[in-house]
Formats: sequence, structure tokens, C-alpha cells
Amino acid sequence: MSDPRFSTLRFEGVTRRFGGQTALADLDLSIHAGEFIALLGASGCGKSTALNCLAGLLPLSGGSIWLDERRIDGLPPERRDIGMVFQNYALFPHMSVRRNVGFGLQMRKVPKKEAAHRVDEAIRLVQLEEHVAKFPAQLSGGQQQRVAIARAIVIRPPVVVMDEPLSNLDAKLRLEMRMEIRRLHQALGLTTVYVTHDQEEALSLADRLVVLRDGRVQQVGTPEDVYCQPANRYVAGFMGYRNLIELPVSRRDGERVTVGGGSIQLEGTARDDLPSGRAVAAIRPEDLVVSETGENRFDVVVEVVEYHGREQSVQGRLPSGEPVYFRTEARLAPGDRAPLAVAAGRVLIYPADGAGALAEAAA
Amino acid sequence: MAADALTGGHDQTGSRHRLIAKPGTWLVWGGVVLFFICLAGVIFSVAVDSFATRWFGSWWPQGLTTHWYSDAWSSFNLSQLMTVTGEVALVVVVVSVLIGVPASYVLARRQFPGKKLVMLLFLLPVLIPPITYGIPLATLLYKVHLAGRLSGVILANLVPSVPFVVLTMTPFIEQVDPKIEAAARMCGARTTSVFTRVLAPLLVPGVLAAGILVLVRTVGMFDLTFLTAGPSSQTLVVALYYSVFSAGIRAQQSIDSMAVIYTASMMVLLIIALRFVNPTQLVTRMKEEVAG
Amino acid sequence: MTTAPSVTVLPGRGKASLRHRLAERGIDRSLALLAPGVLFMLLLFLYPFLYGLQLSFSPQHGGGALANYRTFFSDPYLRGSIGITLWLGIPAALFNVVVSVPIAYKMRGRFRGKRLLTTLLVVPITLGTVLTAEGLLEFLGQAGWLNKILVDLHLVSQPVRLVHNYWGVFFSLVITGFPFAFLLISSYLSGIDPSLERAAATLGAGWWHRFRHITLPLLSPGLAMTFCLSFVLAFSVFPSAQLVGDPSGATHVISIAAYHAAFEQYDYSMGSAISMIMAAIMLVIIGVVLFWRSRMYRGSTGGKG
Repeated sequence: MSDPRFSTLRFEGVTRRFGGQTALADLDLSIHAGEFIALLGASGCGKSTALNCLAGLLPLSGGSIWLDERRIDGLPPERRDIGMVFQNYALFPHMSVRRNVGFGLQMRKVPKKEAAHRVDEAIRLVQLEEHVAKFPAQLSGGQQQRVAIARAIVIRPPVVVMDEPLSNLDAKLRLEMRMEIRRLHQALGLTTVYVTHDQEEALSLADRLVVLRDGRVQQVGTPEDVYCQPANRYVAGFMGYRNLIELPVSRRDGERVTVGGGSIQLEGTARDDLPSGRAVAAIRPEDLVVSETGENRFDVVVEVVEYHGREQSVQGRLPSGEPVYFRTEARLAPGDRAPLAVAAGRVLIYPADGAGALAEAAA
Repeated sequence: MAADALTGGHDQTGSRHRLIAKPGTWLVWGGVVLFFICLAGVIFSVAVDSFATRWFGSWWPQGLTTHWYSDAWSSFNLSQLMTVTGEVALVVVVVSVLIGVPASYVLARRQFPGKKLVMLLFLLPVLIPPITYGIPLATLLYKVHLAGRLSGVILANLVPSVPFVVLTMTPFIEQVDPKIEAAARMCGARTTSVFTRVLAPLLVPGVLAAGILVLVRTVGMFDLTFLTAGPSSQTLVVALYYSVFSAGIRAQQSIDSMAVIYTASMMVLLIIALRFVNPTQLVTRMKEEVAG
Repeated sequence: MTTAPSVTVLPGRGKASLRHRLAERGIDRSLALLAPGVLFMLLLFLYPFLYGLQLSFSPQHGGGALANYRTFFSDPYLRGSIGITLWLGIPAALFNVVVSVPIAYKMRGRFRGKRLLTTLLVVPITLGTVLTAEGLLEFLGQAGWLNKILVDLHLVSQPVRLVHNYWGVFFSLVITGFPFAFLLISSYLSGIDPSLERAAATLGAGWWHRFRHITLPLLSPGLAMTFCLSFVLAFSVFPSAQLVGDPSGATHVISIAAYHAAFEQYDYSMGSAISMIMAAIMLVIIGVVLFWRSRMYRGSTGGKG
């Protein structure tokens, strides 16, 4: 599904500095009409800056933003036609739900009859029909969020941007609203740029992910790409590779690399140019199995055990002192020796120094 | 006009809407500058005249002298005026803090029947101009022979000061987490220690701010002091009023030198006050109570 | 000596069960902390006020309970003081509020020198009316700097008369009242979430619509309050009306009438009566403004919803 009004939204070298600090460095990104893009990163990584630059709430320090052949970064926010959902919802407290949703149409001088029709439709889409006459203060957090979404989509913007829209909701509501946002995107096909620090949210919602760190793009790719093939150890850490064990490289054979020495030897796949010397082996806790046999065998001593129903989440420690996290159905107790194994295909090897070469693979 | 405020003001690419913003910006700054020119004119007219030997009809006085100051000092008995002003202000500050802070603690922490009425009682003196309740108050104070004396002036000045402390301190105490007090009790502190060891240090900044604001307002308070003061219990501002009102008895310059002394002492207080408080606090901090 | 005697007025000290019941309703010994404050206000604010009210109904020269009020309203000179007061107070308060709004709106957000500016604005508040009056007499007087500038620029041929009339008092009210209104409105403005305006901008509202539909309605309770408080200030016009005004003519405001009756003719009863009229006017104005505010607020929120 794509928007007939444009085909690509382009960031070209978009840069934003605050004083001496670079919040966003040289962002290049193309977004196709109808795509759902998530900007993912820890707080302060530049994701919200990118969003505000796009919405026109922050002027750029450099670069340009294009909607096809139309340059939009010089336009004031009110002339960009970008629907925005704010983290704190930013609903107008003195207007009813209906007037909040209708505000954008009122500003566009849409004829009353058509406006009323479109407002009704948007309110129906977010399932708030019973609450149209209420004021924001009378609504729950989830309902306020729905109003904010309805208000952003009712103007039928070519692009909708959402700034951590679920972060003020509790866990249960968050899951519910996540489905809701996905459903709306599938129903309307609106191009969406979504900012979040929650990798699960990003993976479940987006067609493509942009992982940012310190204002720089780390990786751009489909959820599967980013989840299974993180470009560097930072992205790996973000994608749930909780075990990042630093070891010397002992042997390499093309992509196949063996790292380690002494009590632990791990064979895995190199994900980056790997200079000889030290490397980091990244393993997900759920890929480690408690077993006396198998690839990449090593032992840890159990330190902390958390009960998670069927499974236990365990923190163990290598003889070298590094912690190892894994999940198992076996009942372990602190002090036990646990034999672990992991398939070589599940071990990713990155250079040890910092983030290594940055992934330049922008879309 | 608000475009640059919206985007944080660091506009570089948005030069196009900068241009639109210009006339509005000029108008606003023009108004502010005009206001300050008039204000400076008002203050400097008085200040220059107080140093003038003769000044009539020209741009600048014929000569400058400081002798009006020594003249004012003796003929207005300034040392006594300053003492009275200081005494009144200090006593009012101490008493209003002693009465007001415990009351605001209760109002901030407790719900009880009639709380709204009590709030209203503290609010009315702020909403009603002092001259309105000042006349009956002064009449009453004359009847019990307190007016015309220092104690009468102090009592009258306490009427707006106590509610002011209450209205300033109540929101301040509200923002101190009550759990801190509970935590102190859990650690074994008794009520007195909770107040002296835990609450008091947390309240010091608020009390300081409220005290300074009361000080500034009391030194500047004209209406109530004017209505209740006798010849020996005048404060600086009331004496200044009488000397201006009965102009002609004394040289204009002499009055102006007194005005400059008053202004200077107010400025000193103001500079001290602004080290501790936000300028808007000098106006009021009661908006929530009123609006609610 | 000024502290009210700390008599505990609270019931429920005797029986434990009663004390318990009262504590449940929020009444216990800690309320005693409130007692000095409340007693003080009752004794020095409410009681004098009621005393004045009662005094106003027992006129010094006989003639029935309402004699003072009858005198006030039948004497055109006295009655006229109400109009003079309103004619000074309302335009001055309106001017201060209306001028402050765009300036405060423009200056919201941070910029260099803002603290200095607000500090400078506080100066006239602390100067008070008396000093402002003295300064205005000289600055705006016939031989003052302002008239000199106007004459030298050939804007006027004769020095303009700006003091000892309505305008002198008006200027005095603006000089002390404008900073007050500005600071209040600024603090109200800073209480409005800036993301609301951003949201309006992304929905297509230009600066005027943002101001008109978002900021102004949210600011209107604050504006109403600021107007009321500015108007209260304008009531304290007494010293400036005496000094830079024309106290027996164009600026014979109601507070002068009250003072004159009470402390120059020593008719305390009449003075109290005029004070009560003043308080009543004040309350009526505040009532009207608050009523208007509630109407206006509903008007801009309800709409077609």
C-alpha cells in the first residue's frame, strides 16, 4: 500500500548541533511511501532530534529533507503537513475530544460537513465513539493516546511521526496500543516514522529499523536483519545479545572465527572486519543450553537464579570472572556448576574496540 | 511572530519566517524600551535633583552639591525614621513567619472540615485593597489606643503579611514529599526531631524567601502604615509622603534626597531579595489557590 | 505580644472515643498549629471589618442606620468618586493586562538577559506609589525632561500638562502596575505546556491561530486573575491621586473620600461606610470578571462538541 501523493521521503546529511554538541550527525535515510520506520536507540541517541527536525520543530544545522523533489526543511511546522503524536500526547485541555481531533481540519478550513464526517471516521477508527464529548482530563492514558493518534491521522498527512507514544502507558496497555498502532497502519497505509527506545516495540511494529547511537546511524534494516545480524556489538547489545564476552582471537577461517583461550573456546561468525587481537563474542541468553555435549562447551558457576515460570533466568560466572546470562528449564541452585553449550551459528564475533567500523549500509 | 520561540530560537534555515516576525518583535521591544526610558526618567529626575544646587527650567541643574543629604538627615530626623522602619519590618517578618509557617504546614498537609473557609480567610486580605480594610482597622486601633504607636503600625502591617507567608509557604511545603517525614519517623525520630532535624532544614529556603518578600513589602507598605502611624512611629515611606504632600515647606531637593535614600534602601533590599527569590515571587505565588 | 494566645479551641480532648472520631474527620491536635494564624486573622482582619460594617450603620450624626449610605449616594461629589475610581482603575488595569500579553508571549522561552529584564521590571513595584509620584511630578512636570524633549522635537509647541490631573495618576498606575501584570502573565504563560503549541503547529496552525485557539483560551483564567489583581492595585491609588493627581477634582477617588471622612472630619462612621462601599465595588468587579471568565472559557471549549 502506498501513498499516491509522494513516493519517497529523504533525509540528506541531516545534522543538528546544540551548542558544541552534535545531537544528530549526517543522517541519510530514504523512506518509501507507506513504510513504517522505527528509529531506535537509547535516550540521547538523536532519535527524537531527527523526528523534531522532520516535523519542523527544530531547525537543521545542516543537510536537507525532501519529499520527492520538494524540499521541506525550510517550511514552518504548520506548512509541512506532518501528523505528530507526542510523548505526553499534548492534547488541548480546553477542547473536547471532538474538537481536539477536528482542530487540524479547522485550521485547513475544511468545510464543516466534511470535517464532521472525517472526525467521526477518525474517532471510530480509534474506537472512542462514546467519549467524543469528554475533555482530555476525563480520559485514561490509553484513551488520551487514541485521541492523539486520531488527531494526527485525521488530517491525512503524507507522513505521521510518533515520539515514544507508548512510554507513558503501563505494560498491559502498551501491548494493546502496539497492536492498535499496527492495525491502523495496516488499515490506512500511512507512512510512519516511529521513535522508541524499546527494541521489542520497534521489532514488532516496523517494516524497517534505524538504530542510532550518539547521533550516528548504526544499522538500517528489516527487523529480521537487525535482530539476527546486528551490525556491531552495540546493536547486538541492544537486540538482546546480553552476553558480550571479550576474548582473544585464536583462529580465523573466512567468516568462521574461533576466539578464546584457557577454559573457554568459542567458535562463531564474524560480523565485521576483524582485526586480529581481541574480539567480543555476542550470545543471547536463550541460545545457551545447559548440556554436557554440543558445540562451544564451557562451564559456569551459578550465582543468581530468577524464577520465570517454566524457565529460570540464571546468572553464572566464568572462571575468568565474567558474568554469563542464560535461560533454562533445568532447576539450578546458586553454587551449582552448569555445563553450557551454544551452536556456532548463534555466536557472533565483533571487534573488541568500541563499536568497530560503523555500518555504512544506509538504505 | 512566535515562530522562533517555537523552534527554540536558534533559527538558521528559517530566515523566511524570521522576516515576518520582525514588525511584531520591533513593536514589543519598542514598548519595553519606552517603558524603561520613562522609568529611568522618573528615577533620574529625582536623583539628579537631589544633588542640584538650583534646578529650574533647564536640562541640567546649575551646580551639584551633596549638602541636601546632610540637610535631610538632620531636618527629617532620618536616623529615627530608619530605626522605626527597620524595627517595624523586622518584627513583622519574625512574627508573620512564626504565625504563618505552622499554619501553612497544616494547610499543606491536612484535610479538615472548614479548610476552604480558612483558606478564604487568608486570601481575602490579598484580594481586598489595604485601604479598604485599613480604615476600619485604624479606627479600631485608635479606639484601643494602639494606633499612633509602634505596636499599632506593626499590628496593621501584619494583616497582609501573615496571609502572604501562608500563601507562599503552603505550596512550598506541599512540594516537600510527606514520605520524608514518614521515613524520619520510621528511623525513630520523634515529632520534635522530625520538625527540627528533617523539616526545618528543608523549609529554610522557603522561609527565607517568604521573609525577604515580607520585608520588602513592609518597608514599601504605604496605606496601612499611613493610616495607623503617629508622628513618632512613621516609616520612611510615610514621612516621604508627608514631605511631598506638604511641598513648599521644604526645598524640593531636600525631599528628593530623602526619596533617593528611600530608593537606595529599597534597591539594597531588592538586590538581596533577588539573590534568593524569583522575580515573579515578588508579585505573588497564590495563583493556584485563587484559580482553584 | 502580637501572637494570638495559643488557646486550644479544639474540642475532643476529654474522651478518647470522641477524640478518635474527630481524628477520623481530620480534627486532631496538630490543627492547633493553625490556631494562632486563624485567631490573628479573625482578630485583626475579620473583626475590624465587621466592626466597620456595624459602625457604618450607626452614623455619628443620627438619621437612621442607612444615613451614611444615603449621604454618600445623594452627594454628587461623593457619589462621583465611584465613577472616578472606576474610570481610572479599569482602563489602567486593562491597559496593563492587554499590553503585557503580547510582550510576555514574545518573551516566553529562554533568551539572554531575561533575568536582568525581569529584575529591572521589579524595580517599580518596590519603588511604590509615593516615590513614583515624586518622580513623575518632576519627570512629567512642565519643566521636566519629557516636556523638554517634546518641545525640542517640535512635537508640541507648549509644554503638555501631564501631572495634577487624570494622566498623572494614570501614568503612575501604569508604571507600578505594568510590571506586576507582566510578571504575573509571564508566570501563567510558563505554566502552559509548550508541546501544545507545537502540536497545534504540526496540525497546521500558524502563529495567530496557535495564539488564538491554544494559548489565549488556556491563558484566560490567568488573565482574569491578573486583571483583578491589577485592579486591586489601582484601588491603592491613594498616594498618587493625592500627589500627582487633582485630589479634590478629577482624581477624587473613593479612597480619598474615605480617608477624608474618617481622618480629616473624624467621622469614623462615614469613613467606614465608604470603605464598605469600596469593598462592595471591589467584590462586584471581581465577581463580574470571574463570571465573564467562566462564560468565555465555556464558550471556547464547548463549541459544537
